[in-house]
Amino acid sequence: MPTTEITTTVDAKGLSCPMPIVRTAQAMKPLPSGVLVEVLATDPGSVKDFAAWCRSTGNELIEQSVDGPVYRFIIRRK
Amino acid sequence: MTIQTLDPPIGSLPIDPFAAAIAEAEAEAEVATKQLVIVNWSGELDRIWPTLILASTAAASGVQCKVFVTFWGLLPFVRDGVRITGDNWMQRMLSFMQRPGIDHLKMSKMNFLGMGPWMIGKLRKQYKVASPRELLDAATALGVEFIPCQMSMDMFGIKREDLIDGMGEPAGAATAIEIMTEANASLFI
Repeated sequence: MPTTEITTTVDAKGLSCPMPIVRTAQAMKPLPSGVLVEVLATDPGSVKDFAAWCRSTGNELIEQSVDGPVYRFIIRRK
Repeated sequence: MTIQTLDPPIGSLPIDPFAAAIAEAEAEAEVATKQLVIVNWSGELDRIWPTLILASTAAASGVQCKVFVTFWGLLPFVRDGVRITGDNWMQRMLSFMQRPGIDHLKMSKMNFLGMGPWMIGKLRKQYKVASPRELLDAATALGVEFIPCQMSMDMFGIKREDLIDGMGEPAGAATAIEIMTEANASLFI
């Protein structure tokens, strides 16, 4: 059964391209398949970038939302 | 003159159809990994920076990335603390004129005795853009393979021990051509 609990949060607030993606990839590398990871970012380009990154890596973009300047992505590790 | 054939007679080797199918699937899975090759020939900030951004992002995206490091492109990959490289006076003079190392990059245009890079550095911090050093560390950690060019190393007098840890085996143009033509995309930056 897939987990619904967020195991890791990547705080990429304030960072510019490509560091939100790079930090997320580094944080996800040791995690087991199926876990949920939350990413917080303020880079407006990250909206398109996380969608593209999930398509090319096979990770699943479960949810994305905006709270003021902060974009929040929930990603399930492949 | 007799001609010897080395081919085994047909039917002499029993082939397991399942093992063959598995091997084929495995070979296909290996091929399915996308590859990016970047040729980095310049040691200037305005070229090495985008190179490192693309290389680290490629590796973060599960793309196997190789960077062929050639000519002046070698200079940013000289390790910290190595100031003068080379054996003869011209090699040493050149390294004196263009300081090697990832923290000492000049711009190809608008350098203005270092004012250009200084302002870019200020803006970089203000907008929290990763520095070439941070990107190089991330790229190395994510498994980007940096391949130094043997000919350039010889010409500049740069030895393997002058280069940062984690550089691949030195190679030549034929290796660059092979990896470029086999990759899904190759860039000359």
